[in-house]
Amino acid sequence: MTPLLKVENISKFYGRRIGCKDVNFDLYPGEVMGIVGESGSGKSTLLNCLAGFLTPETGEVLFEMRDGAMRDTVTMSEPERRMLSRTDWAFVHQHARDGLRMNVSAGGNVGERLMAVGARHYGNIREEAIDWLGRVEISETRVDDRPTQFSGGMQQRLQIARNLVTGPRLVFMDEPTGGLDVSVQARLLDLLRGLVREMGLSAIIVTHDLAVVRLLADRLMVMKDGHVVETGLTDQVLDDPQHAYTQLLVSSVLQV
Amino acid sequence: MIRNMLIHSCLSARFCKCDPRIFEKERQMIEIKDLSKTFTLHNQGSVVIPVMEAAELSVAQGECVALTGASGAGKSTLMRMIYGNYLAAGGSIVVDGVDVVTAEPRDILALRREVLGYVSQFLRVVPRVPTLDVVAEPLLSVGADTEAARDRARDLLARLNIPERLWSLSPTSFSGGEQQRVNIARGFAHTYPAMLLDEPTASLDAANRETVLGLIEEAKARGAAIIGIFHDEAARDRVCDREIDVSVFTPGMAA
Repeated sequence: MTPLLKVENISKFYGRRIGCKDVNFDLYPGEVMGIVGESGSGKSTLLNCLAGFLTPETGEVLFEMRDGAMRDTVTMSEPERRMLSRTDWAFVHQHARDGLRMNVSAGGNVGERLMAVGARHYGNIREEAIDWLGRVEISETRVDDRPTQFSGGMQQRLQIARNLVTGPRLVFMDEPTGGLDVSVQARLLDLLRGLVREMGLSAIIVTHDLAVVRLLADRLMVMKDGHVVETGLTDQVLDDPQHAYTQLLVSSVLQV
Repeated sequence: MIRNMLIHSCLSARFCKCDPRIFEKERQMIEIKDLSKTFTLHNQGSVVIPVMEAAELSVAQGECVALTGASGAGKSTLMRMIYGNYLAAGGSIVVDGVDVVTAEPRDILALRREVLGYVSQFLRVVPRVPTLDVVAEPLLSVGADTEAARDRARDLLARLNIPERLWSLSPTSFSGGEQQRVNIARGFAHTYPAMLLDEPTASLDAANRETVLGLIEEAKARGAAIIGIFHDEAARDRVCDREIDVSVFTPGMAA
């Protein structure tokens, strides 16, 4: 099996400060990788470099295109990258309002992404949108409501539906459960886990919540001060952490 | 006749690397060589605690080996290392051809999915998932048909006396004993060629204990290599072919 994503020597600096430095990893199809670390550790910077929102100073982000060729997404043209982000990639933002169009109905939010890849038949688009709203447990009766009328948890589920409707192969998630209360988190995690399994998605999840990665991620990358300090199988890193910082991180979690 | 039942119970035979009817008892499924383990506590004065040295163990198909030794001797540590949950400091742990010590995460996950089962003492599940799906999940993840997987789950839950009215509920709200039995049902759903059992009969009543011992005997009969920790001596004597005292591998504890 060949990797879906090959990340080589990615570094990003903000002036003289390090955003992230010399990050390397391969992500295989169907694999879910978690990136954890405290605020300011560089995990969001890295995610934004991978997803094309930031341009790294050094390194390559090689993505396997549908024809099987590995293309560097850092150097590809803007229209090409935009096409990727509409089709094979998805990005779930921490704040749903960053990933949704707040003045467009829920159905429109989902349908818009379909139209961006060429769907034109109104009936089909609406049907597909309703199907996806159902999958993320939003009732058909809410299809014409705007996201502003939704709760935080519903907005987040709508954002997920909007992202997954085009059948992406790689999903970037930035704190997908951040700011939601725990019962809503559990529901969202269960939903994400099911969708990832069902669709065979590869995903990269940035979070500071270790319980989230334990449930969702196959493997884990721990970052501190812009550097990757430890990587491995998720349960191994959490249960037998090797690096001083990871040990501190794991032992700092309050037991419920 | 027992054989027929066993073949039937191995419903996903095509996913078993071992054919349930013919297995060579000689083939080593788990081979551990010169295994060592240390814990470094960086945040407690960087103390390095050696917990295992030069551990050796082989388990053949169809064989059950009990790990013995006082509490703290390293039984669970060894088991967790075999499962890839703890990182070894040196040596090798080859399970069905894969060296867990050096394998990539995705290879360990594939091994866990298809070859190596682990019944721990505690159930860890995603909230909201119904018990029936919790038990069927290991089969679904090796590609078994949904209904066949659910049938197997129903069969196991019934054998372990989990009332049918609970099957559609999440086990997070169950009693400790019920959770343990759900965990066992889940652990035995897929017919793993190798299994790790951490106190599978602890705190079970007589009837359920008998069911679990029966499941272990069936697994052995279809050729599974098993490593277990049993504080229940009668259970250990009944299902285990030999014992390994892990304290001989513990630095400073060897007699």
